[in-house]
Amino acid sequence: MHSTILTLLIFIPVMGAVSIVAARSFRAKDSSHADSRLIALITTGVQLILSLWLYMSFDPTVSISESPFTVQVPWISSFNIEYFVGVDGLSMPMVLLTALLSFLCILCSWNINKQPMGYFSLFLLLDAGMMGVFLSLDFFLFYIFWEVMLLPMYFLIGIWGGPLRIYAAIKFFLYTLFGSVFMLLAMIALYFYSEPNTFNLITLIQTASSIDAVVWGFNVKYLIWIGLFIGFAIKVPVFPFHTWLPLAHVEAPTAISVILAGVLLKMGTYGLLRISYPLLPGEVASFAMILAILGVINILWGAVNAIAQIDMKKMIAYSSVSHMGYVLLGMASVVSTSTSGAQAGLNGAVMQMFNHGTITAMLFMLVGVLYDQAHHRWIMYPDDYKDKDLAGKPGFGGIGTKMPVFTAFVAFAFFAGLGLPALSGFISEAMCFIGGFSAFRTITVIGTLGILLNAVYFLRAYARVFLGPFNEKYSSLVDINFREVGMILPLAIITLVLGVYPKPLISMISTSVNGIIDIIQKVL
Amino acid sequence: MILSNLNSLIWYLPELTLLLTSIAVLIFDLFGRLRPYNAYLPYVGLIRSGIFLFIMGPSYEILFEGMIVNDSFSYFFKCIFLVSAFMIILLSSNTEKIKNVNNSEYNMMLIIITIGLFLMCSANNLVIVYIGVELVSLPSYILSGILKNDEKSNEASLKYVIFGSFASGLMLFGISWLYGLAGSTDFSIIHRELLVNSNPMMIYLTILLIMAGFGYKISMAPFHYWTPDVYEGSPTPVTAFFSVAPKAAGIALILRFIYSIFTVKGSFGNTEFIQSISWPQIMAIISAVTMTMGNLLAIQQSNVKRMLAYSSIAHVGYMLMAFTVLSSDAILAVLLYVFIYFFMNLAAFFFIVDVSNNTGTSKLSDYKGYASIAPISSAFMVITLVSLAGLPPMSGFIGKFYLFSVLFRESSFYWLAVIGILNSVVSLYYYFLIVKNMYLEKPSEKLKPLKPNKAILYSLIIFSSQNLLFYLYWTPLVEYFKRIVS
Repeated sequence: MHSTILTLLIFIPVMGAVSIVAARSFRAKDSSHADSRLIALITTGVQLILSLWLYMSFDPTVSISESPFTVQVPWISSFNIEYFVGVDGLSMPMVLLTALLSFLCILCSWNINKQPMGYFSLFLLLDAGMMGVFLSLDFFLFYIFWEVMLLPMYFLIGIWGGPLRIYAAIKFFLYTLFGSVFMLLAMIALYFYSEPNTFNLITLIQTASSIDAVVWGFNVKYLIWIGLFIGFAIKVPVFPFHTWLPLAHVEAPTAISVILAGVLLKMGTYGLLRISYPLLPGEVASFAMILAILGVINILWGAVNAIAQIDMKKMIAYSSVSHMGYVLLGMASVVSTSTSGAQAGLNGAVMQMFNHGTITAMLFMLVGVLYDQAHHRWIMYPDDYKDKDLAGKPGFGGIGTKMPVFTAFVAFAFFAGLGLPALSGFISEAMCFIGGFSAFRTITVIGTLGILLNAVYFLRAYARVFLGPFNEKYSSLVDINFREVGMILPLAIITLVLGVYPKPLISMISTSVNGIIDIIQKVL
Repeated sequence: MILSNLNSLIWYLPELTLLLTSIAVLIFDLFGRLRPYNAYLPYVGLIRSGIFLFIMGPSYEILFEGMIVNDSFSYFFKCIFLVSAFMIILLSSNTEKIKNVNNSEYNMMLIIITIGLFLMCSANNLVIVYIGVELVSLPSYILSGILKNDEKSNEASLKYVIFGSFASGLMLFGISWLYGLAGSTDFSIIHRELLVNSNPMMIYLTILLIMAGFGYKISMAPFHYWTPDVYEGSPTPVTAFFSVAPKAAGIALILRFIYSIFTVKGSFGNTEFIQSISWPQIMAIISAVTMTMGNLLAIQQSNVKRMLAYSSIAHVGYMLMAFTVLSSDAILAVLLYVFIYFFMNLAAFFFIVDVSNNTGTSKLSDYKGYASIAPISSAFMVITLVSLAGLPPMSGFIGKFYLFSVLFRESSFYWLAVIGILNSVVSLYYYFLIVKNMYLEKPSEKLKPLKPNKAILYSLIIFSSQNLLFYLYWTPLVEYFKRIVS
């Protein structure tokens, strides 16, 4: 039964997408567009229920090789490619996050009027791709799902996005593809250098470390690590590769920004943890320092850029870059000499992946709510704004008096974003820093500056938009409605509960994460 | 088994049928009463030839005292040629631009080219090689110039003639050298003689000269300059045909030529080159140059036909990657890629014909907003383009995956793999220029409501849905190619 759930999780969205197209072609052309979004809502709802069911029956203490939560069917025998999916403590939170955010995003895009059939069917395909990435335990399958997401994403940004959507879409596509082709080469190299030749990620944990060959004067494992790292780093995005992110996030429609920041960014770090870490522990050890430095650069660079932004969505996009830096720092601390430090770091990293997914989703949704009514999201109008009277003036002001409930939610989300204690972000960030401190003292101390910088931009934006004298232009704004509360409240509850009582999340991930730590600590 | 001339005829029925068809098409054209049937005659001939081919099956026979080989290798290519000729004739009858040209002349040329292609893929003698190449080339010159009042078409024809005759001259020179070295034109005798010959310099030169002739047929760099102009000027169905069938034949010819003459055992699956000639290095460089040039030049094109011309050059570059390795896996990868390329390129050209029927041109800017008037065919075009770019989940990815894995399994050309993989990123950019114009741009005012053409639509759907079908389960396909290679 459990194994059926895994397959259903991936393929229910595909069926949903097909039935949206089918429903549209069998109905008369002038019928309402409601059925597309309804089918999408039902599909993602079923997916969410299935993933919760999976979570209920999930036993986190069983390691993946003995886990009952796997399906293994031969697919292409000549290359030993299998349809091999499964969950462990590492993928379980990501599966929950994907299912939850997909469901909420359908709610979030309820009012899409432009070609809803295309929008919702592409969204469901994207959903299937994301689910597939987190469930695959066969590298070939993983790669396919990884690439399957690109095409729907291209259209979702390119057709339904903002003014620069066409450029943003192709930039996103080319950046990600550039990374993933290196991943493809690394994958083929792993296959041919391992003995026996296989794409099975569980078998490769044993066999990949014995690869011993030299190409271009480098150890092959070293090159494989770099290939994989380029692929994953672009997705995270790690500092020099991050330039696609602000553009794509800003231009994408709200729901797609949520998915991009909430799920897609996590794929990069998930890939590192699922593939690079257990397969190439020796290279992890030698790269950890670089990883930590890149993490701290991400933290600071993202935060400094966020401070400079006057567009709320762009600010949140850069805050994502900053927050993914914490994940990298936590991941780098796996080489710490103290095991408890390594555990704190890596567990913190995985928790941060989940928590950032929920918090940033909340932030993007809230900005989307405001944007739907005000049709802009400037904190300050830019100096070269096309309307000369508005240029350089504050975009909003005193919205709090007009939309009190909405403002309360925003305050909550902003505080979660800047890592206020008792909210989930604080715990995972603190754990990342604890881990980082035990491994790389100086670097981490520099990184803690990021906490301060985070507070600067969140609080300043809050003050400029929601506090102060009320801007009379916005007297027509109405407060957040029932549907919008419905999509934000679950995320807020999760943030609060995990901030006070993080044990469910920790106990879900810790066995798998500690398994990875063991593998790496062995080679130190 | 080597058959005598008379006994060979029965195994030569597919070609003979085509020959009779081409003559019949001309005769039918002379009589007014028979002329209406002329539209169907080529189909009948091609199907009849296909039936003969099917009945004979992929047997192994050497015909006409060793001039021609019938084996599963040539069988596979013959099937591809027949299907593509069939589809091209179907496509031509649905193309607005060439409705006024003389039908029988056009069809006869196509069928004669098909015979030439048959010869190319089954040649076992240098003379047959030359006859095959010329039998393909001469009607091609005429076909590319068949729009007599179109300047571009005339230019295409002229350029094709000049380049083609120059290249075949070089090839003939190479053939004569080979004859001088070995004293025979038969592949197996040449192979035996070359084994004991001790002048690798001569062999190098011969290979280079002959590869000039073959390379021009498959538009391999640096013999690719004719391709964009000819592809742009020729009527679109003819371009579609050029981009698939002669390329496949050229690939087949190179494979057979190289493996049966220049390897130690003289058969497929051999992994050693005679006289330790560094063929892999040459091929690796040619391959890298071909695909990089094709892809980089394609970016700047504003005409979709021209863009696909450069893209076809790039695809040849990908296929040449496998030529750096001498092994049965390499042949398998090439055959698989030829097969997939055949489907996806034809599908892309179906769509181009569809657009030019409606807008009159194949300029990139005329594709703006095309998806809004033709949603179904546009969606399938996207599938095709994604497949051409080699992204999963499309069969183009499988083709590339096999090519790259050959490089990793057998050789040390990792730099070639890196160049190849970067090229596929570049190619995505220009393929998605088409997608961008179709989906993301506003429709131009010129765009009128669509005149739907069922034949094109259905062929497009059939040919592009293979991209998903083969992808989902390609084991039988690979098993089939394995049997061909062994």
